[in-house]
Amino acid sequence: MEIDQELRREMIVENYEHPYHKGLKKAAGYLAANTNNESCIDNIDIELKIEEDKIKEANFDGEACAISTSATSLFLQKIEGKSVEEVRKILENYQKMINEEAYDKELLEELVIYDSVAMQPNRKKCALLPKDTIEKILERL
Amino acid sequence: MNREDFPILNTGIVYFDNGATTLKPKSVIEKMNDYYYNYPANIHRGDYKISLKASDEYEMVRTKVKNFISASSEDEIVFTMGATDSLNKVVFGFMEDYLSAGDEVIISKAEHASAVLPWLILARRKNIKVVFVPLSETHELEYDTLEKYVTNKTKVISLAAVTNVIGDVRDINKIGKLCHDKNILFVVDGAQSVPHQKTDVLKDNIDFLTFSAHKMLGPTGVGVLYAKKEYLEAMRPIEYGGGMNQSFDSDGNMEFKSVPTRLEAGTPPIAEVIGLGAAIDYLETIGMENIEKYELELKEYLIKRLQEIDKVILYNTTSKGGMTAFNLSGIFSQDTALYLDHYNICVRAGNHCAKVLKEEINIKNTCRVSLYFYNTKEEIDKLIEALKNSEDLYKIVL
Repeated sequence: MEIDQELRREMIVENYEHPYHKGLKKAAGYLAANTNNESCIDNIDIELKIEEDKIKEANFDGEACAISTSATSLFLQKIEGKSVEEVRKILENYQKMINEEAYDKELLEELVIYDSVAMQPNRKKCALLPKDTIEKILERL
Repeated sequence: MNREDFPILNTGIVYFDNGATTLKPKSVIEKMNDYYYNYPANIHRGDYKISLKASDEYEMVRTKVKNFISASSEDEIVFTMGATDSLNKVVFGFMEDYLSAGDEVIISKAEHASAVLPWLILARRKNIKVVFVPLSETHELEYDTLEKYVTNKTKVISLAAVTNVIGDVRDINKIGKLCHDKNILFVVDGAQSVPHQKTDVLKDNIDFLTFSAHKMLGPTGVGVLYAKKEYLEAMRPIEYGGGMNQSFDSDGNMEFKSVPTRLEAGTPPIAEVIGLGAAIDYLETIGMENIEKYELELKEYLIKRLQEIDKVILYNTTSKGGMTAFNLSGIFSQDTALYLDHYNICVRAGNHCAKVLKEEINIKNTCRVSLYFYNTKEEIDKLIEALKNSEDLYKIVL
């Protein structure tokens, strides 16, 4: 999909101001992880409900910048309903995108709006916050 | 005032992060260069001219610091790596031996990490109690509340003279009297006060004072620990090595030098100490009373102008210190700081090392404007203009 600068910005602001599934359930059956961005002040918790190898539900909470928060919101929408294997592929390709390496655009869909973050090295960690946090949870499986 | 002495200000930069570190005037930089160019020798015990010159210049700064804070003797001034190092020396070099299980240390939730964490670590080791005195609704310390928290177990009151997020200027003189009357040791974190107002450790009954050179026009890497002589004498060195020992042998016999040398192991940051001396000279030429008066005028102007903007959230409007924390409604503080950077306005976003303050103000992160005497009302106007026109904030930061 083609996303111009204006749409990209709108998507980020929309997902920052009205993020998806903000608020943790903190209940049995959820696996949670926290990432505190050491180079700035973002701090995000994510929890996933994983059943039969599928992400049934994904929630988050925390205080973070527009890039971190919106990326988390989009990530959660993206991974719900997907298998753990599919999510691992998404994470891997997202990391490649931020690293400015070749990656699968089709697979990432709207997450490609963060491709230009690589141009601002100090914002890379913001964009990687949800990816790192989800990865931490999957490592524990 | 004195803007011409700070070359970076010619670039049009608006520097509002003086609580983190201040700019350096030419005289400080030149004084340090002079050391490196003309007498770059180690201090103490060099029997040649440039070493003697280095030692003299270094020790002269001890006298300058003594006079600057109105201490009674040069022997009460220890050069450290900075305020953090100074506070750690107070807690682990003195208080660890001085305090016993059950003793109470009063601090507040507005203190800097360096004035909270050492106490919390000591509390674990020694089973002492760290008591947080509650703050007012505007996050300021009220003397009457502090007095109520003093018990017969209170051995120490440890507070910043000016807090680093809210800019609460504490009544150090009154608290010093209370400590004196009740036989309580008074530790003052002067990192945000010594650069901005007159300090008088004798008049204010301060037992320990800590501050950093780099927040008062000096270089990074050097700070000061002041303590009354009897307490310095009782302080256990944290570091052992060259410079601080008198003699030792392989049987383990050892003798140390007297204070303050005993507490300055290793080659100190010589150029930096000399730079601190130049910073003190500079500040004294302007006059601390003039600095304090001008900054208060700027601060009042800043608050008045910030209040013009509906979307600006302020956490305190009454404090007298040169710092102000704010947020733009609905916008993460770091995005605001990045936006302001686009206009060459430097502010800090985050928790400002006062991580327990969030328990008081219920918000973790803020933008902080911290002023110094070289700031102007015109610079504040630039900030206000940028904040007023911040509808396009995301166009700039995203």
